[in-house]
Amino acid sequence: MRAPFLRLFTLAYVAWSILPVLIAVQFSFNSGRSRSTWQGFSLRWYLHDAASVARDDSLRLALVQSLRLATLTMLVATPIGVALAIGLARWKGRGAKASNFLMLVPLVTPELVMGVAFFLIFANLYDFVTFGTFAQVLGHVTFAISFVVIIVRGRLFAIGRDYEEAAMDLGASPRQALRRVLLPLLAPAIFASLAIVFAISIDDFVISQFLAAGVDSVTIPVRLYSGARMAPPPSLNALATLMLVGTLAAVTIAGLVLRRYSRREGSDQGAVAALGRFEL
Amino acid sequence: MPTNVQAGESRAIGLSPWTWKAFALPGVVWLVALFVVPLYGVVAVAMGRLHPVFLRPLPVWNPLRWDPSAFGDVGQELFGGQLGAIALRTITYVAAASLLCVLIGYPVAYFVSRKVEKHKTLWLAALLAPFWINYLMRMMAWVNLLSTDGLVNVTLEALGLAPQAWLEGRHTTVVLGLVYGYLPFFILPLYAALDRIDHQVLEAARDLGASARAAFWRVTLPLSRQGILAGLVLVMLPMFGDYYTPNLLSGSPRTRMIGNQIDQFINQTASQGGRGAALTLILMASIAVLMLYYLRTVARATREAG
Repeated sequence: MRAPFLRLFTLAYVAWSILPVLIAVQFSFNSGRSRSTWQGFSLRWYLHDAASVARDDSLRLALVQSLRLATLTMLVATPIGVALAIGLARWKGRGAKASNFLMLVPLVTPELVMGVAFFLIFANLYDFVTFGTFAQVLGHVTFAISFVVIIVRGRLFAIGRDYEEAAMDLGASPRQALRRVLLPLLAPAIFASLAIVFAISIDDFVISQFLAAGVDSVTIPVRLYSGARMAPPPSLNALATLMLVGTLAAVTIAGLVLRRYSRREGSDQGAVAALGRFEL
Repeated sequence: MPTNVQAGESRAIGLSPWTWKAFALPGVVWLVALFVVPLYGVVAVAMGRLHPVFLRPLPVWNPLRWDPSAFGDVGQELFGGQLGAIALRTITYVAAASLLCVLIGYPVAYFVSRKVEKHKTLWLAALLAPFWINYLMRMMAWVNLLSTDGLVNVTLEALGLAPQAWLEGRHTTVVLGLVYGYLPFFILPLYAALDRIDHQVLEAARDLGASARAAFWRVTLPLSRQGILAGLVLVMLPMFGDYYTPNLLSGSPRTRMIGNQIDQFINQTASQGGRGAALTLILMASIAVLMLYYLRTVARATREAG
């Protein structure tokens, strides 16, 4: 069926949604200082200029802080989330239902509310938590756990219990069935979780901003926020472009892994849900 | 070897229920300590007092000693004071932006799910891309374009038209910024809902004499209602908590939203922490319906999957 008007409308939407970003990327390579007049290609704002990402402290530190936070968050949130997903899928009972609900609430809580809550609790009750990296990691892990659970749970449902049962029929102990059958089967979901958590941590703005303490803990999005209106040189665009490349790489890896395995099992709902960051 | 289902069932669980609880334990403890307790902390600060010397909020953890005066202050300003105008503006912005999301998002989701036959993955990737381009980068891209010497004004001047101060307190800029920022969150669940509609149902409608138009209005649209609602909830929740979009695209008090007020209470004036916490709770209570609706949808989807 042809629908020329709808096609045109959708094309216009796609252009509108992506072109501004592509223009921002383009001007990160501008050899001049302008972000509206193209003066030729150069890596000046990445490497050479005193205000470039490589040489301006505030930009370089933001890049380092974003990577550091994303790595720490990924390493802490993934094991906790995988264990929680397995536990919730197998444990039946009232506690399980409540825990499942508790796991879902962070997904629907506006980030502003979480930011305020973290800010107040770290300033008052948990005062051993210092603002900056420590507080930011705790905040990021808290919202990342739910994403891991959803990705891993989708895979748990897809593989079912047949393999575990078969392993135990063949004489494996429950522990062996878990370690040598279930975990290898979960590997793609675990791998995808690592990548997705890395990406959502880099992407986060509100919690990073509420929990930052001085220039050392400013992340890329926070730096974009504070600099965008200050007539910045194109090095800010360069910083944003580096973040874009990092996030897209992580998400592409996750998408390819999930797709490959879900296609084998005949459903890509899980992959779409995970990449769309919501539960279908 | 036990062969009946009952025995297989219990052996599949294998490890004792306690083991599974142990698996869930670290995650549950984490969420209680770093999600439930902090939310309670917001209540404790909202119901707390002001430190007499340092003029910063002192939380009160014991509900018997709560002092709701911060709610009184905030409530007074909400009904008649300056906060009331901000709340009304927030609701207007969110309503206008949500309506635009439906008007733009529905045709797009409909086209990609029902009309695209070739290169569907590519179209889907185009719809997914904005999710993974950082929100602040997408806003910065518009700040670039709309600034005084940005491409938009350069183009206008080249056409002989007057340049505009797009980023100086314009309602339309902020609303369109919200639409630009959150529209992808509307399109995707709607796409999923439209994609699930069985082709045969539509064919049946056509076979029974419905025109293409009637089939759309009386079959497709009602069947995609869940997707529209889910999408609306997904865009409205973050819009109600937004403060960075108006700050970046306007920065003027004329476009201040509730989120800006909370940000200011909490981050900029320490002595206002109690009011910030109270306003946060009022915001949360106002959007609780949206949150619960979405939680219910997710819980139902999970039950069906399991």
